Amino acid sequence: MRKCHIFFLSVAVGCFWVGMMLVHSGFLERSEEARVSHRREWVGKLGLSDLCLFTEARYTRHPVTADLHVPFQDYPLAFEHFPSGSILSVPPHLRGKLLW
Amino acid sequence: MRWFEKQKNIVDFTLSALWRRKGKNITLVSVYTFVIFLVASVVYLTSSIKYEASRVLAEAPDMMVQRLVAGRHDYIPLAYMGAIRDIRGVQGVKSRLWGYYFDQTNSANYTLMVNEEMNIEPGTIVIGSGVARNLLVKESGAIPFRAYDGSYAFLKIGRILQEDLDLVAADLILLSRQDFRRIFLTPEGQATDLVVEVRNAKELATIARKIVTLLPDTRPILREEILRTYDAVFEWRGGLTILVLSGAFLAFIILAWDKATGLSAEEKREIGVLKGLGWETSDILQMKFWEGGAVSLTSFLVGLLLAYLHIYFTPAVLFEPVLKGWSVLYPKFQLTPQLSAYHISTLFFLTVVPYTVATIVPSWRAATVDPDLVMRT
Repeated sequence: MRKCHIFFLSVAVGCFWVGMMLVHSGFLERSEEARVSHRREWVGKLGLSDLCLFTEARYTRHPVTADLHVPFQDYPLAFEHFPSGSILSVPPHLRGKLLW
Repeated sequence: MRWFEKQKNIVDFTLSALWRRKGKNITLVSVYTFVIFLVASVVYLTSSIKYEASRVLAEAPDMMVQRLVAGRHDYIPLAYMGAIRDIRGVQGVKSRLWGYYFDQTNSANYTLMVNEEMNIEPGTIVIGSGVARNLLVKESGAIPFRAYDGSYAFLKIGRILQEDLDLVAADLILLSRQDFRRIFLTPEGQATDLVVEVRNAKELATIARKIVTLLPDTRPILREEILRTYDAVFEWRGGLTILVLSGAFLAFIILAWDKATGLSAEEKREIGVLKGLGWETSDILQMKFWEGGAVSLTSFLVGLLLAYLHIYFTPAVLFEPVLKGWSVLYPKFQLTPQLSAYHISTLFFLTVVPYTVATIVPSWRAATVDPDLVMRT
């Protein structure tokens, strides 16, 4: 088999798998729908406002309800020392971009 | 047909040339694949989290009202409820009691929340599965809570929430109002915040403005702001995304710069020999196009597939130490893929196209020089 055939075949196989990835993601999206609805139902039932992504600091556990001072809670010039604090950026409503 | 045959011959020659410098090219493809893998992983992860937040938090409260004291969140008097209820358009106001508790035995932070709709008996609690997984002593079926007056409250675990609620409730402990007040000594007549139900969502902004006019020490947070938060906290300019993207971007610049600053002496001699043998400048450019295409397309396809496996099958094992930070409780969750042709084409145009172009430009410069001169130098 010529090298060019091996190359084109490999690219075709790669494209096929990328296509399968899109199909798989669409399939998962549909199959996860029940789970997402279940979570949504509980969010309504418990009145939750945030995803539980980080549990180390209260301002990253609940970024929606945090205030701008909380990362510097120890003293005014304290360094923000929780790793998740550097992963998330500040929610828009804390930067003064209010919707009301 | 003839054109196609010619291209096949050029590809054959290009692949042989790449294979002659296999050490360099395998390293190049590996680094390039890793760069695309990192960028694609971040794109997949953030798009899935945003999607999850937009779907799941669609049932979040219409509006939350907090009280701020000296810039910080403080208890809100229950008397505020009456004033808010009187605003036209408000359907209902409920008080919420919730807070954070650091459990020294298990070294974990919990979110404690009162829920009256579930009729939780005083002395019992409902816990998230993340809390249950992390408990060191499970036999007693109770968790000791050290109250703010120094006494201990042993609360019996009545129920554990399902694992698929981890993304919203891994660290959650639901308890009765009496137990909450006993642990945190919350004064009567005060709540953590208020939840406002509004008849018409279009009136939310007006009602929020009225609340602030009426009660200037409060801060309303609308549901739309909750949804917007998760769109913004994972935007490309912030945090994790910019961290990975800047590293990948610099690595990519080095790759492209290496190509754009010129060809190696060996590559130049090769071009000179090919021209001497009768290759046209356009043939050389086509060869270089295939060379760039082969390297970048291989890296792109492999990087894309590896990133997909990484985020949705492992899940995100490489990012786990970053995401976990110092958290002891970490939710187990399966993210829903949010892939589209848009994501893939964006990644393609950001990675494959610039590299391929960067390969062709210096080759065009070398290919237009007299072959005799190139071979002699």
